[in-house]
This record gives sequence, C-alpha cells and structure tokens, in this order.
Amino acid sequence: MAKLKLLPSLPVGLRAPTRPGDPVEKKGPIGHAQDAGIHAVDWVDERTSLSGTMRWVMFRPIPKGTNWFYTLGTATMVAFINQVITGIVLGMYYEPSATRAYESMKYINNEVFLGEFVHGMHRWGSTVMVVLIFLHMARTFFFGAYKYPRELNWVIGVVLLVLTMLMSVTGYLLPFDQRAYWASVVAMNIAGNAPIVGPFTPDIALGGPDVTTLTLSRFYLIHMMIIPGALIGLIGAHLYLVIKLGTTAPPWVRADKVSAGLKEHQE
Amino acid sequence: MNQREKEEYLREYAVLKAQGKPFFPYIIVKDGVMMIVVIGTIMLLSLLLGGELTAKADATTTTYAPRPEWYYFWAFELLRVVKPPYLVGLATVGIPTISILLLILLPFYDRNPERHPLRRPIATTTGIFLIGAMFFLSYLGAEAGAPSRIELGPPPAIQEADQATQTKWDLGRKLVAQSSCGGCHKIGENGNDGPGPPLTEIGDRLKEGAIRETLINPTAPMPSFADLGADQIDKMAFFLSSLKSGGEDEGASATGAEGGGAESEGGSAPSKAP
Ligand code: HEM
Repeated sequence: MAKLKLLPSLPVGLRAPTRPGDPVEKKGPIGHAQDAGIHAVDWVDERTSLSGTMRWVMFRPIPKGTNWFYTLGTATMVAFINQVITGIVLGMYYEPSATRAYESMKYINNEVFLGEFVHGMHRWGSTVMVVLIFLHMARTFFFGAYKYPRELNWVIGVVLLVLTMLMSVTGYLLPFDQRAYWASVVAMNIAGNAPIVGPFTPDIALGGPDVTTLTLSRFYLIHMMIIPGALIGLIGAHLYLVIKLGTTAPPWVRADKVSAGLKEHQE
Repeated sequence: MNQREKEEYLREYAVLKAQGKPFFPYIIVKDGVMMIVVIGTIMLLSLLLGGELTAKADATTTTYAPRPEWYYFWAFELLRVVKPPYLVGLATVGIPTISILLLILLPFYDRNPERHPLRRPIATTTGIFLIGAMFFLSYLGAEAGAPSRIELGPPPAIQEADQATQTKWDLGRKLVAQSSCGGCHKIGENGNDGPGPPLTEIGDRLKEGAIRETLINPTAPMPSFADLGADQIDKMAFFLSSLKSGGEDEGASATGAEGGGAESEGGSAPSKAP
C-alpha cells in the first residue's frame, strides 16, 4: 500500500508543533514570550473548543465551479456591516426629536470630523445593500439554490429582504428634512389605506394622526434596535445554514462520473 | 422532489464537494476582493454624492413634491396603475402581501428537481419577466407623474369654447400645478393620492364658487391660497370645476404643465406668487 500523506506540508517559516514525547528543548525568556500568544489561544480553546468550529467554518469544502456570483451574499453582508458601523457613529450625535433631529444632522454634516462622509456612507450604503440583496436573491433563484435541502435558507432570505426594505422606509424619515417628512406622510397614507389594519397604522407607527416627535422616536427605535436586532439574528441563522448545508455548485457543473474518491468503494 | 431525487442530489453534491477546495484560503480570496469592492463603492458614492439635506421639514409648506427612494419607484408605479378607489386599499396591502407570500413559498410550489436555468423554462422566464417588469415600472415611475405637473387635456366643453376660455383653463391648470396641489391631491395621472382627496373629478362634487371658497378658506391641514389674489384663484377654481367624470380627460393635446423649478429639490421656496 502506498504511503498515505495525511497532512499537507507546512508553509516555510512555521515550525511543526511539538508533540508529547518530543525532546524538550530549553527555552530562554524570549522563547517563553513568543509562546505566550499560543498559550493564550490554547487556554481559550481548552475551555471553548472553538478551534473545532473555526476549522468547520474555514476549511469546509466548497464544491468545484464556484464563481464570482457566489460572493454576492458576502457583499450584502459587508454592506450591512457598513450600515451598522456608520449607523453607530451617526447615533452618537443624532437626536430623535422633531425640533432637534434636523439640526443634529446638520451638525454631523458641517461640524463633526468626516461627518458628512460617514453620513453619506450610511445613505448610499443603504442603496448599495438593497441592490446587492436583490442581486443575491436573483443569483440563488436562477441557480436553483432554493431547492432541497436549502428551502429554509430561502425563507429566511425573504424575511431578510422584507426587513431590509423596512429599514430603508424607517430610516428615510430620520433626518427630518422636507424629503424625509413628505415621503413619510405619503408612505403613511398608503399604509393607512389598507383594509382592516389600515386605520390603526398611523396610531401605532406615528403615535397619532400626524408625523411628530413621537413618530420620530418610534421610527428611530424600529430603525436602530428592533429591525437590526432581528436582522443580525436572522443573518446568523442564514450563515449557519449556509455552512451547515454547504453552498451549491453552479447547476451546469456535474460531478465526474466515477471519481477517484468513490472508486475504492466499488472494488 | 421525492426521496429518490433527494438522495440523488445529495450523492452528486457529496462528489462535487469532494472535488472542490477548502473555503480557506482558496474561496475566501474572492470574498475578500468583493468586500473591498463593496466598501470602495460605498466610499466613492459618499464622496461623490455626499449626504446633503433638503430644507428642514415643514408641515405647512405646500410646494414640496415628495418622491420615494428610487428603488421603490416600481412599487409606487404599480399602486398608481390601480384606478378604482375601492381597489386601492386592497392593492396597497394585497400586492405586497401576495408578492411576499409567493416569494416565501417558492421552494414549496416549485417542486421541479431540475436546477439548470435553461431546463426550467417556466421559472427562468418568469424570473426574467419579473425583473424586466420591475425595470420598466421603475422607468415609468421615474419618468411620469411628478406631482408638480398636470397632464390633463381640456374636457370637450372647453375644447369647443372660444380662445379666451381655453387660455383661462390652461392658465388655471398651470397655476394648480405650480401651487403643488399635487403634493397632497391626485389630479389625473399626477399628484400623490393623499392626504387630500383626489381632484380628478372634483367638478362633480363642488361648484366653481365652492372651490374658490375652499382655496381661500380651507379645512385644517390644507393651507390657504388667499394670497395668490382673487384673479389667480378664479382661474384655478375655473380649471378645477371643469374636471368632471364624463369629460374626456386624458388625451388630445395634453402637453403637461411644468411647475416652477423650485419644487423638486429646493423645498420650501415659496412659489405661491408667480
Ligand atoms: C441581509 C441579507 C443577506 C445576507 C447577508 C446573505 C448572506 C448570504 C451568504 C454569505 C451566503 C453564502 C453563499 C453566497 O454568498 O451566495 C448566502 C447564501 C444563500 N442565500 Fe443569502 N443573504 C441575504 C439575503 C438573502 C435573500 C434575500 C435570499 C433569497 C430570498 C437569500 C437566499 C440564499 C440562499 C438560498 C442561499 C444558499 C445559496 C447556495 O447555497 O448556493 N439570501 N446568503
């Protein structure tokens, strides 16, 4: 039997880890300091077994044929992370009240260091995220990636899409400028037209018949706590399923009829 | 998919996976490049377009013509297509609910085990059609129906009247457009449907005198147009009272009256006195 090579050779510059039974070499203080990082990681790993999870995530096999279309999900996630970070920065200065909201946005734009840049990244990041989420959905649709066994991931995806669209509606009002105000008035009129729930929507969302401070703080709460919380949780579930089930191969890629790996079993 | 098809897929997938490469470091490189592209694009957009604000929100201005974010244009266009008032409520909730349900349930009613887009002609055609329809509706939404315009042709009674009447009617139409009644009222194809009632057939309900009275002394959220002066208000009332259900409204030489340029972005710029 040919000798099996279990591990790929280590990249140059890395030492093979010492194993029990290896001759113990004497280390000076510098050697101990060098090992401190490894010891710290070891300490955490011994109590969490995180290295197994890391290996599961990072070294999972990806089927052959995977192409650039498969980066659209990651791209959406990056746009979302951008929204979270820039949103936190904006939240440090923003005041959700009808009298102060506009002024605080002005202050961010004009006074805060790089304020308008961050504000712009949040504003245009939302557009980028919406575009990317639609592209990602189109990719999974045309690749038939929503079929067995990934149906649930598609369902979670649609909920993510709806939540993302709601984010953009609630965020639109927050600067409380003319565009924000009137677009929200119109949006509320549309929602108010709905049968059954319609008459209650303004009361619940606006806190009264008009767009006021109450509306602002409600939209703010929805925009920076409720929906982002749901989004983070669901993205976590989405990614867990992606890793658990594995990503699809493009539908035009077929497995070689008799692969080397399967030959053994046929003999 | 039945049990056999499921197992077939899983077997094929196991082989494909075995022939693939580990995520790290082979695939993650592409994702990394994509991350940089996305963040770079967002930064570039921010640098180019900034985060400018329009004027401070003002519930009393009448001249602001609101638009949704561009990626909602298609949805708004879809709602605008629905004409009869009793259907509007149903459409505003019905269309989104049905679309979301159809999307969520997709894996449950599309039971075709085939995954190749060319071998699923119905799914692929539907997908392409929907994307095309969204682009088309977005285009329509972006093009037409700015609330600062009114694209109604004169009703027959006016078409047959003398030159002076026609001019008066057209001046009235332009005045109504410029005063941004469309911010709150739907007038023909233009304007926002609410908070005010649609004015497309207002002539059926109110006489010219009553309309003039309303323009000068309106009820709560609507502002008074009294400072336009009696002459202007006369023309507006004349135009509005000519809008009746029987009249052949859309058509003929409808060119569309442009509102003053200030409406679209400038916010509170008063265009009440032309
Ligand atoms: C916040 C939004 C979303 C994020 C961050 C996200 C993220 C991801 C990521 C990173 C993947 C891995 C494969 C890939 O990148 O293509 C993935 C796969 C997937 N996503 Fe999403 N996604 C989002 C929204 C959606 C939506 C709206 C749908 C569909 C309605 C969807 C359906 C799927 C499906 C079916 C897969 C499995 C694809 C495969 O295995 O080939 N996702 N998602």
